[in-house]
Amino acid sequence: MSRPSSEQVADARATERDGSEPLRPSDHVDGDGGISSPALGVVGWLRWGWRQLTSMRTALVLLLLLAIAAVPGSIFPQRMANPNGVTQWERDNPELFPILDAIQMFDVYMSAWFSAIYILLFVSLVGCILPRTKHHWKALRARPPRTPARLSRLDDHLEQRIDGDADHAAHAIDMAQAQLKAAGYRVERYDARGAFSVSAERGYLRETGNLVFHASLVGVLLAVGIGGGFAYTGQRVVVEGQTVVNALVDYSSMNRGRFVADDALSPYAMRLESFDVTYQPPAPLGSGQAGDFAANVAVREPDGAETQGTVRVNHPLGVGGGRIYLLGNGYAPTITVRDAEGTTVFSEAVPFLPQDTNMTSLGVVKIADGLPEQIGMIGFFYPTQGELDNGAKTSVYGDTLDPLLTLNVHSGDLGIDGGVPRSVYELDTTGMTQLTGGDTGVDSIELAPGETADLPNGLGTVTFEDETPEGADPASVGMTESVKRFASLQTHRDESAVFVLVFAVLAVLGLLTALFVPRRRVWVKATPDDDGVRLEYAALARGDDPTLATAIEQLRTKHLDSL
Amino acid sequence: MHPDALSLDSISLLLIWTAIVIYALAFMAYAFDLAKRSQLSLERQDAARELIGAASGSARGTILSGGPQQEATEKPRLVMGRIGTSLTVLGFLFHLSGTVLRGVAAGRVPWSNMYEFAMTGTLLITAVYLGVLLWRDLRFLGTFMVGLVTVLMGGATLFHVEIVPLMDPLKSIWLIVHVFVASLATAFLALAFGLSVLQLLQARRERRAVAEAPKRSFLRTLPTAEALEGLAYRFAIIGFIFWTFTLIAGSIWAQDAWGRYWGFDTKEVWTFIIWVLYAGYIHARATRGWRGTRSAWLSIVGFVAVIFNFTIVNMYFEGLHAYSGLS
Ligand code: HEM
Repeated sequence: MSRPSSEQVADARATERDGSEPLRPSDHVDGDGGISSPALGVVGWLRWGWRQLTSMRTALVLLLLLAIAAVPGSIFPQRMANPNGVTQWERDNPELFPILDAIQMFDVYMSAWFSAIYILLFVSLVGCILPRTKHHWKALRARPPRTPARLSRLDDHLEQRIDGDADHAAHAIDMAQAQLKAAGYRVERYDARGAFSVSAERGYLRETGNLVFHASLVGVLLAVGIGGGFAYTGQRVVVEGQTVVNALVDYSSMNRGRFVADDALSPYAMRLESFDVTYQPPAPLGSGQAGDFAANVAVREPDGAETQGTVRVNHPLGVGGGRIYLLGNGYAPTITVRDAEGTTVFSEAVPFLPQDTNMTSLGVVKIADGLPEQIGMIGFFYPTQGELDNGAKTSVYGDTLDPLLTLNVHSGDLGIDGGVPRSVYELDTTGMTQLTGGDTGVDSIELAPGETADLPNGLGTVTFEDETPEGADPASVGMTESVKRFASLQTHRDESAVFVLVFAVLAVLGLLTALFVPRRRVWVKATPDDDGVRLEYAALARGDDPTLATAIEQLRTKHLDSL
Repeated sequence: MHPDALSLDSISLLLIWTAIVIYALAFMAYAFDLAKRSQLSLERQDAARELIGAASGSARGTILSGGPQQEATEKPRLVMGRIGTSLTVLGFLFHLSGTVLRGVAAGRVPWSNMYEFAMTGTLLITAVYLGVLLWRDLRFLGTFMVGLVTVLMGGATLFHVEIVPLMDPLKSIWLIVHVFVASLATAFLALAFGLSVLQLLQARRERRAVAEAPKRSFLRTLPTAEALEGLAYRFAIIGFIFWTFTLIAGSIWAQDAWGRYWGFDTKEVWTFIIWVLYAGYIHARATRGWRGTRSAWLSIVGFVAVIFNFTIVNMYFEGLHAYSGLS
């Protein structure tokens, strides 16, 4: 592999500067050179600026900047992907946080600087492909270029002598023309000054591929940008047996694009019938790993039709134009609180958030009304209780083999009346008095399913309900059905995904064509002279073309055979 | 789990260790080969002095630039190179059986945690290297490729974990496609990386050779910097295409598993960074003033990012891709 000498390049260039050559930015290695300084005047400067923006160098620098600018987003937690991580980071680094936040280190991919880079890149890209597309459109119709006067200057050049006269020469070129045409070349005859020649060119697809590739990148960006406006994502927790409606208010969190109307959601109702989990045996391998999670749901459409379905990891369920994903799961112990007279003031399955792989779970119960004081309980749930070396309780297995619920009771103001939104999973204990556990000297409440304990200060009682279905055989199910499970489900609708995929596939196809279709020019020339006919075969590659030499050799062999 | 899964896995590990040892031997053979080339270059220099002025060859075949055409005459003498390749093939067979056995023991494809990615990834690097040898004599890269594979494999045995069942998100056809294609891309990019490093060395030597008297160096028997660059570019674009495919397959998988095709998860970000770096490299090759040494640096930076993504990002960066299998 080698590069032609400058003289050869100059000669080849001379033959190239015609309409069929793809248009390139001026600083492309095959470009026409000249870093021109701007002509005087505003228009001159604008034109110069535009040329700079759409140059190869700018594209390259912007690409490298884009790569560098993306890095901080992998180092610092990002609000869009991991809001809790950001809060945590703020807590850990209170001094540094405001500075980094001011330069948008926690919103890198929506930051002004990141946006500036990719917007400039895409302006450059559009500025680059539009003129090239126009040019290429014309080139597709252009005739292959005139045969260069001195083919022997080209790198890949072969000569051959055959017997005959001008008629033989013309015939040889006819044959070459037919042969090249059959091989997919566009051909043009140039007979002049007693010599006959055919000029052939192939590989216009290479430039087409390049343009399709770059245009598809614009397509991907537009699809993502515009599509996001029509997309929504909602999350919520559903306990076994619970029914939820697909309405904005029924989600615990909802992100929607700016074009999603309030009534855009199809109002179907969905009931979580049951949640299945399979456990690996605790020993020796996989140590109790859980898997094959399946949320079995029944969906009732607005028109009353009811269907059953299952949501699994990697297998979302399509409902009402969106898709439902399984993001997580856990236990929701059913807790009943009664006042001193025995009247029920609270009875609910409360989702507890898993804290480790064996499902040690943390939850909060808030009783705002019905008791003399507001109380809040922070609870731990251990599906299979065990002890750590330091005596602390833990769960040793994910399934409910030996479940235990512990509760620390606080009394006082829950702070839910002040209009400040409070997470149902957190209890703000400032201004509350702890009544059990911790330093109080009173043991935490510990309950197995079915058990009831007194609340401190004669407030009433709390019961951990056993949800094992009636008629279940205690010998075979044990405690495994005593606690309800919840599924954390995400509803997502994003029509842009299809468009993004289509553009991405187009980009790959374009890339393959742009990189592997060889673009070459071939000339066959026959010059009759006193000793017969001199045949010349020459080829010129555009871009990297490692097989050119072989190709021209094969052309010669085949051509000579045909004569 | 199968009761004798453990023992199958330990046989697999034994095969892997055998492969590492054989690769290490291959590395030494290749290193001798380079030393020999260096020696040859001296001898040829002497021979050339006598021949000076003789009408021996084109402008491109000079002693200074070396060239593939000269290798033809040397082939019979490069015994060490041949031994290196034979050992590499042997090591590859052990490596292959070890990896396949791991898959058999686990009852699934052997690329589901870091240890397994590393085994399959290095296996593919060797496979691509050996495959390319059929097409072209790139044995001068042997020291580099086999050395890289030996180091990576040795390091990866530190990640060895017992076989455990797959986590739910990994139970997907896209695991098979996405990770395999990523490993394949890595293999081609590794080859491009090796060639780019040689290209830089060669370019430096060529620059110096103009100024000073030529020194003894194995580089003199290798293709020119320009030819190395051309080769590196060809492997890089194949790697780039596979990487593009990795990116797309990963997004499709993310759409199924996490409910969105793109979420700037750390691993997604790094896959993207690598993709952009190589797009930059491809551009650099077509930009005046960037072809040659500068673009080679981009290829090197790109591959460093690939390795960084596989090691540091997997182990120390937080994200959804928590599949290293390490805790
Ligand atoms: C979004 C950012 C961009 C990416 C990811 C990108 C990527 C690529 C890739 C992968 C190639 C090689 C495939 C081929 O030859 O068709 C390429 C080639 C090319 N790109 Fe881009 N590009 C980008 C932006 C631009 C811009 C802004 C320009 C205009 C200055 C440009 C001009 C070119 C040209 C002229 C080639 C052909 C190079 C050659 O002759 O080998 N690209 N680009």
